Amino acid sequence: MSPSAPEPGRVHGRSYLDHAANSPLRPVARSAWLEATEAVGNPSALHGSARAARRVLEDAREQLADDLGAHPTEVLFTSGGSEADSLAVVGGVRASGRERLVVSAVEHPAVLGARALWRSTEVVGADETARLDLDALTGALDDTVGLVSVQTVNNEVGTLQPTDLAAQSAHRVGARFHTDAVQALLWPGVDFAASPADLVSLSGHKVGAPVGVGVLLARRDAPLDPIGLGGRQERDVRSGTQSAALAAAMAAAVAELTANRDEELSRVRTLGARLRRIVLEIEGASLNGAGDGELAHPGIVSATFDGIRADDLLLLLDREGIDASVGSACRAGVHQPSEVVLACGGGHERAISTVRFSLGHSSSSVDLDPLATVLPAAVGQARASLGGRRTGRGGWNE
Amino acid sequence: MRVLAAMSGGVDSAVTAARLVADGHEVSGVHLALSKNPQSYRSGARGCCSLEDSHDARRVADRLGIPFYVWDLSEDFRRDVVDDFLAEYAAGRTPNPCLRCNEAIKFAAVLDRGRALGFDAVATGHYARRVKGPQGWELHRAADPAKDQSYVLGVLTTAQLEHALFPLGDSLKSQVREEAAALGLGVAKKPDSHDICFIPDGDTAGYLTRHLGTRPGDVVDERGEVVGQHTGHHQFTIGQRRGLHLGVPSADGEPRYVLQIEPVHNRVTVGSRDRLAVDRIEGIRTTRLSTDHRGRWRGTAQVRAHGEAMPAWVELDDERLLVELDEPAAGIAPGQACVVHDGDRVVGSATISSARSTRSS
Repeated sequence: MSPSAPEPGRVHGRSYLDHAANSPLRPVARSAWLEATEAVGNPSALHGSARAARRVLEDAREQLADDLGAHPTEVLFTSGGSEADSLAVVGGVRASGRERLVVSAVEHPAVLGARALWRSTEVVGADETARLDLDALTGALDDTVGLVSVQTVNNEVGTLQPTDLAAQSAHRVGARFHTDAVQALLWPGVDFAASPADLVSLSGHKVGAPVGVGVLLARRDAPLDPIGLGGRQERDVRSGTQSAALAAAMAAAVAELTANRDEELSRVRTLGARLRRIVLEIEGASLNGAGDGELAHPGIVSATFDGIRADDLLLLLDREGIDASVGSACRAGVHQPSEVVLACGGGHERAISTVRFSLGHSSSSVDLDPLATVLPAAVGQARASLGGRRTGRGGWNE
Repeated sequence: MRVLAAMSGGVDSAVTAARLVADGHEVSGVHLALSKNPQSYRSGARGCCSLEDSHDARRVADRLGIPFYVWDLSEDFRRDVVDDFLAEYAAGRTPNPCLRCNEAIKFAAVLDRGRALGFDAVATGHYARRVKGPQGWELHRAADPAKDQSYVLGVLTTAQLEHALFPLGDSLKSQVREEAAALGLGVAKKPDSHDICFIPDGDTAGYLTRHLGTRPGDVVDERGEVVGQHTGHHQFTIGQRRGLHLGVPSADGEPRYVLQIEPVHNRVTVGSRDRLAVDRIEGIRTTRLSTDHRGRWRGTAQVRAHGEAMPAWVELDDERLLVELDEPAAGIAPGQACVVHDGDRVVGSATISSARSTRSS
């Protein structure tokens, strides 16, 4: 495989600032994917075509294991990050033989959704930077807890979580520890051998693989119950015909990221710093999460602009060819107030005035130039749209 | 022009957006989320704003290649339309929520927000014509008399009309469906919406009971004799015949209708159909779309969405409306909107405050 470096620049002539939602397909992933779709066999069958497909699948598994510090046996392919989370959290607590599940308040819905499926799910709070309250977590743990789940990097505001300490607390009471590391592959990176986590969820399309593939890294001794019915093709727990082509594409994307990490990370750091300056130059703007501190993901910038509706600002940016998002859930096409901002004590007004910009492998300064030009006037117009009810910083954190 | 097309998910608003795109406008679609807890799927021809409708609207926008957004106006809608609807029924009146929605939501909240975000106009799939007259924009009936919706737009002000577009006003509904089919839009055969969108099962009395409760009271005849019981005056509307559940038959054996609702006494008066006839309508809360019509003039009055245009003498000013019908008409209730036309042109509207007969019976 000869990794052709991704070409930084605008995607389809637009400023793409939504990598945390979906990162553009890397050319290497595209080639690997298309090449592997030629294989016709079902990897679980026994004939020659099946062997060819299985070879592609297992090559991908070994490549990923290599890049992620895992053993190939520990790599389970799933349909994506949400399935990896669901399998780890629900399958993990079910297999633990214990009663309680403990998760942080700032988890992705793929983890927090367990509240509806697992009766004794307990949610532990976070501080105003969206960082888990470790004391509260430790206080919530005893030998009735089967699994603890704390994400590595928050998907909405980019805060790095104290997963090592959280894992130690979990292990002290004999509970297993899962982390959703979907936003963590670029920074801080995933090294399963060095991590105390028993289960780690990853997604392909957040790093330039196609949508439709993810990985659950699972220690050999971490018990998992199936959460779906079928032939249990993946390590006798996850069912469904394996997609050798998607696995190959994800392996190619992660391999390129691993090989180019220094360059990609340093570019994202530089751009992230500029992005934060563009935001903070606007009066009444503030950063969420860890701001520009060392616990902040360099490429995830959550910004609140006092006195706007996020929807209005996104519409105005969209018109100017800038793709950004709120980062939080949508229901029937309506953006819901950010649960993460609410969990940080931000209040409803802050939760609806927050926009997320996120960077990744294809980002370059030409993505930010239009934003620097357009953002001040767009924020002004969005404020006018809401009637200029409130300006300045006061009164938003009540 | 930069146009915001309100897209309900139905065929009319789909073709509206398509025509604006074809005319070279810079069009964005907006779907209004009017309920916090939308139904997942449509049930027949009733209701709107389900997730399926929002999906249909988005699908059309994607096919047309235009931006599409969903605006959550559920709070505004609850306050300005639903609460108003309930308060009006509680006060013994018969409101029209579609008019209120046009007045307070589509051509107020949405138009204001759209204007602030740089849009020049809001377009809807209403069947009505906006015509440039010597004094400015005029609102006229649609070319398709069966679909004419100038009544539910009759509450607009001149300022609202100036920034409104109704691209379907010159078309027949059948043409609109054909156009949608020719464009390959999946909503071409979607049934029309009927009834009140927030009462998807069509059971208005049941909805009112759920929200306003029950309050037993008497049904009386015109002499004040108790002829039955009811569980709340708000479940009735003037001119209603069905669901009266009267214990005592009328003297002449003829069907009886609701003639009067007295909220304070929780009393409903019933009587024969001829007692419903009124020929003098007075209205308050007027709106005017013409500066030409002063004093007393010959026109028509309309009191429901697909109601008849009744020839009348009309006087409309900024405070009040007075309509003298040529022929008495039945089933006209306080709370209803009365829209007055001069020919095809909408002159203005008012909320009916009283309707009575000037003829001795």
